[in-house]
Amino acid sequence: MSRKIIHDHNHDGIDRRGFLECMAWAGTGALCVLSGGVLKSYALSEMGQATKALTNADFSFVQISDSHIGFNKPANPDVSATLQAAIDKVNALSTPPSFILHTGDITQLSKPDEFDTAAQLLKGLKTDQILYVPGEHDVLDGTGKLYRERHAVNSVGDGWYSVDLKGAHFVGLVNVLNLKAGGLGFLGPEQLEWLEKDLKNVSSSTPIVVFAHIPLWSVYPEWGWGTDDSAQALSYMKRFGSVTVLNGHIHQTMRKVEGNVTFHTALSTAFPQAAPGTPGASPGPIAVPAGQLRTLLGITDVNFVRGQHGLAVTDSTLAEMGSPMMHPMESHQ
Amino acid sequence: MKAACKLLVLAFAVPLALVVSGAGTAKSAPRANDAASYTINIKDFMFTPRNLVIPVGSKVTWTNKDEEPHKVAEVNSSFTSQPLDTDEGFTYEFTTPGKYQYFCTVHPRMTGTIIVENK
Repeated sequence: MSRKIIHDHNHDGIDRRGFLECMAWAGTGALCVLSGGVLKSYALSEMGQATKALTNADFSFVQISDSHIGFNKPANPDVSATLQAAIDKVNALSTPPSFILHTGDITQLSKPDEFDTAAQLLKGLKTDQILYVPGEHDVLDGTGKLYRERHAVNSVGDGWYSVDLKGAHFVGLVNVLNLKAGGLGFLGPEQLEWLEKDLKNVSSSTPIVVFAHIPLWSVYPEWGWGTDDSAQALSYMKRFGSVTVLNGHIHQTMRKVEGNVTFHTALSTAFPQAAPGTPGASPGPIAVPAGQLRTLLGITDVNFVRGQHGLAVTDSTLAEMGSPMMHPMESHQ
Repeated sequence: MKAACKLLVLAFAVPLALVVSGAGTAKSAPRANDAASYTINIKDFMFTPRNLVIPVGSKVTWTNKDEEPHKVAEVNSSFTSQPLDTDEGFTYEFTTPGKYQYFCTVHPRMTGTIIVENK
């Protein structure tokens, strides 16, 4: 089943009604396969095809986000326990991920002991490599130095870098520093210049995965959920067959496809946040009954299917046992 | 009439701290004629009052009432707070008249203005 964007009131390529449909499956697990830059979604009746796509995957990685180690408010008094639950879930995956992405807000207040606690927990991941980008909570020192000396030693500028893994080109961007009054997330001219040069050396057939903390698309600017100069960054990626943008920050899953680019945001491992524009809400932690919390936290599993330029993105919550539940959904093609 | 207003304001502002609450605009912002202490609450990702007119020499304390950390900074960096966790505050004394625009460096959509007037 496919849908077109037909309610683009803000002329930003986002269908608000489509958002709500996406939100209907947020936190329950969903499966999409990106093939040739086009998102294909699978209903339950089509799970045979989807499973085939997954078993053909060359490798997979997992995205973890927004762990907020150090947070201790009612929305989640024990964020270490829920990060541990996420780690346990990753370690229980039937196909072990080749590596992990953490898309920021590792800590709550950028404190050394928070970084240390997070690192100690994340050591429990059965993986060779964890790639990080910082969230605004990780750079409260104003410079990001504490973050970089722990998690981005070989980075450029304020902490950005790229790495080729398994035939795909991964780009970690920093959009949480040098923010301007009244603005959103910010990449800045120095990083954009680096990005343009970095991508020039990559062939158009190479799958590109860009990850950054704040969404690189206008999810909800009223709450700061967007990046001022992301359009410039994305303009460098038009020639690529497959671009996947993975973000955190908003503590809920959302997905959008725009041409060759698929955008995806991940669940938090710490606490949920309100859906954008919820009356009376602000973009802060929301407390839910204890029994519900783990249904709103989770991880994202991403599978590569070589030859098809394909990525299969599966969200699953901490409440789900065993393999992630696959859910019927509608795509926005 | 003007003198009466001044006296009325003085009665509230000195020697007790004048606590200002409720969203205000530059036009209707509370004002006092003598230096005092003011509080700006940070709640629901907003500065309240967002706009404030104060006499020179006044102290302003920002207090974070959110569960989210905030960090207050003047756009030209004349003052920058430490990260403010829940219930933490930052105080700055305005000794020079002028218009000060500030924002939260963590959530830059949060902005506010303080106008410091001569006594």
